[in-house]
Amino acid sequence: MTTGHETAAAPPTKEGGAAPARPPAGPSDDERRRARLSRRWQRDMRWSPYAFVSPFFLLFLAFGLFPLIYTGWASLHQVELTAPTDMNWVGFRNYTRIFDDDFFWNAAKNTLTIGIISTVPQLLMAMGLAHILNYKLRASTFYRVAMLAPYATSIAAASLVFVLLFGRDYGMINWALNQVGIDNIDWQNDKWASQIAVSSIVIWRWTGYNALIYLAAMQAIPQDLYESAALDGANRWRQFLHVTLPALRPTILFTVVVSTIGASQLFGEPLLFDASKGASGGSQHQFQTLGLYLYEQGWVNQHLGRASAIAWTMFLILIVIGIVNYVISRRLRASS
Amino acid sequence: MRARTRTARRRVVVLAAVASLGAGLLAGCADDGKKDEGGSSSGGGGKTKITLGLFGTAGFEESGLYKEYEKLHPDVDIQQTVVERNENYYPALINHLTTNSGLQDIQMVEVGNIAEIVGTQSDKLLDLSKYGKKSDYLEWKWEQATTKDGATVGVGTDIGPMAICYRTDLFKAAGLPTDREEVGKLWAGDWNKLVDVGKQYKAKGPKGTTFLDSPGGLLQAIVSGEKERFYDASGKVIYKSNPAVKDAFDLTAQAAEDGLIGNQTQFQPAWDTTIANSKFAAMSCPPWMLGYIKGKSKPDAAGKWDIAQAPKSGNWGGSFLTVPKSGKNTEEAAKLAAWLTAPAQQAKLFGVQGSFPSTPAAYDSTEVKSAKNDMTGDAPIGTIFAEAAKNIPVQTIGPKDQIIQQGLTDNGVILVTQGKSAKDAWENAVKTIDNNLDQ
Repeated sequence: MTTGHETAAAPPTKEGGAAPARPPAGPSDDERRRARLSRRWQRDMRWSPYAFVSPFFLLFLAFGLFPLIYTGWASLHQVELTAPTDMNWVGFRNYTRIFDDDFFWNAAKNTLTIGIISTVPQLLMAMGLAHILNYKLRASTFYRVAMLAPYATSIAAASLVFVLLFGRDYGMINWALNQVGIDNIDWQNDKWASQIAVSSIVIWRWTGYNALIYLAAMQAIPQDLYESAALDGANRWRQFLHVTLPALRPTILFTVVVSTIGASQLFGEPLLFDASKGASGGSQHQFQTLGLYLYEQGWVNQHLGRASAIAWTMFLILIVIGIVNYVISRRLRASS
Repeated sequence: MRARTRTARRRVVVLAAVASLGAGLLAGCADDGKKDEGGSSSGGGGKTKITLGLFGTAGFEESGLYKEYEKLHPDVDIQQTVVERNENYYPALINHLTTNSGLQDIQMVEVGNIAEIVGTQSDKLLDLSKYGKKSDYLEWKWEQATTKDGATVGVGTDIGPMAICYRTDLFKAAGLPTDREEVGKLWAGDWNKLVDVGKQYKAKGPKGTTFLDSPGGLLQAIVSGEKERFYDASGKVIYKSNPAVKDAFDLTAQAAEDGLIGNQTQFQPAWDTTIANSKFAAMSCPPWMLGYIKGKSKPDAAGKWDIAQAPKSGNWGGSFLTVPKSGKNTEEAAKLAAWLTAPAQQAKLFGVQGSFPSTPAAYDSTEVKSAKNDMTGDAPIGTIFAEAAKNIPVQTIGPKDQIIQQGLTDNGVILVTQGKSAKDAWENAVKTIDNNLDQ
């Protein structure tokens, strides 16, 4: 505030420096107006940029920072959704009990396993698809658009269709398995089957998206690299291994990071995969992810304090994952 | 210099314009918000608009009650928003109540949630005892929505007196009686007898069918006939130590283990398909279930169902209408709520929608007495359910009944149909419920 005032006050002296050339009748009306406008101009120059960027920061404060801090505050209390203003200080109890909360660790484990069995095949398939699409193909635009179609579908719609496909008694997948002599699989209630089914929704939805990212990166690889590789006698597979893959390294890293974050936030697919159990992720919580557990504690059981502690723990876990990613990417960059 | 002044002035004008636009936008939002929240703005033509927030199939609109009310009160305009499932409706309602915003003029509350609403939100709700006539309603229904201080924050809509619906054709094929009186006698007074009938059915009934539809349905039926189940009168959670609950669980688990029950979760697509394909012979059946069966059955099932009294009467489902104080038309809304739940209207609702009245005066109306359902042919469903309603015990309900019930079914007995032992299933349910209840 003071600095603003001082700088705003300074210009008149500067302009006033030229003033003595004028008749010494004191500042005329015109001059005073000029001085005032000039002050305004200065202030404008100084503060307007802040005003222009302020919407982002205000929104961030209101919907980003404040909720984050308030969640942290709430996590130190016992507080229920039925009376959110009625807070009972419990210190770190909500955090300490997470250590022996079987449901939390079960959810963490599920998040990890579902994350792995959805991310790894997804990225491998995306790479393969991108490689195929990178060849000269007829109607390649059609294929590229088709790739992206699952991504454009809503999670809810996709999940509901997959639930029907994966039905135990009347689902199409079990029907198809029956044709080749495999007994009905209880997709919703068996631990691994249900996790694979949930992963398949994720894979279906995101493979095309990642394939397009890979494709874009592949098309940026100079053609002459391939030509010289071909001259050296490298076949397509060797070209892929020794030209394409190294060139894609930063892109692969990007997709891995994004997919990891996406996997750790997995929510919609498992929530809708067994709608009757809802947030509990199956009768035995066999596909309850951390996102679901957080939602269950906060919105089904109405324990906002516990949910907040889970949210902050997830936040910390994500930071750790972020650091690990950063370290790995630095190592990779250094080695290349 | 002049140019500079002009730009400066222009800038001021532009800024002012932007500011006022922004303010206008904000104000516009605020205005809209208020309209939606209070639902109090006058609708087209200076009418008083009353909004209702409902879930599931309340059926007020379908049975023409809004139109009738609007005809009686030409200055009123009624609008409703319906959420399909209570699981999605209720958390939002709690959220709106605690922040006193986003509420409709009338909000429906399910019986599983009414204790929590009465216990924690009653200061946000209008006392409706001046509007509804206490003597019209079943006493326990009225009491469920009444606070300790005597404020009645909800008027009862329907109740769910439970009977057993059964397929006459499948019963006949299994060599069981089909007349509803005789069927009722097979298991009168004791759920164990019903399970025994299930064993007879299993021995002789058509292959590929089960006696009952789902473990959840049976457990719900048994438990909802108990006076005390999950909470005792002082409000303590007793579901774990209450022998009535454990016995019900064990009986259901045993029946599931013996293969008398289909391995389904109710209200799921696969369960719907078992209705359509006639895969089970009987199910616990509050009045609203008939509408559900009708919706999911193939046409050839019409008339093949019948209804017998359950071993013990219980109540499954039913709702209340509440009026949040934050609305601007609370007076009008309260009148509408009372009118919608008055005996004459409840009788009409039963005739069309199958929601059974919580007002005994309606039981003698022609609408209830002559009510029929396509699925049950000539069966006098009104009289049958009225009989069941008379025997419903006054039940102690608690704030987290829904969570406990859901834990027992979805994290408990269902596991027995998937090969778990009853003991493991019980432990899984208890662990889940305790974690869910722990604040």
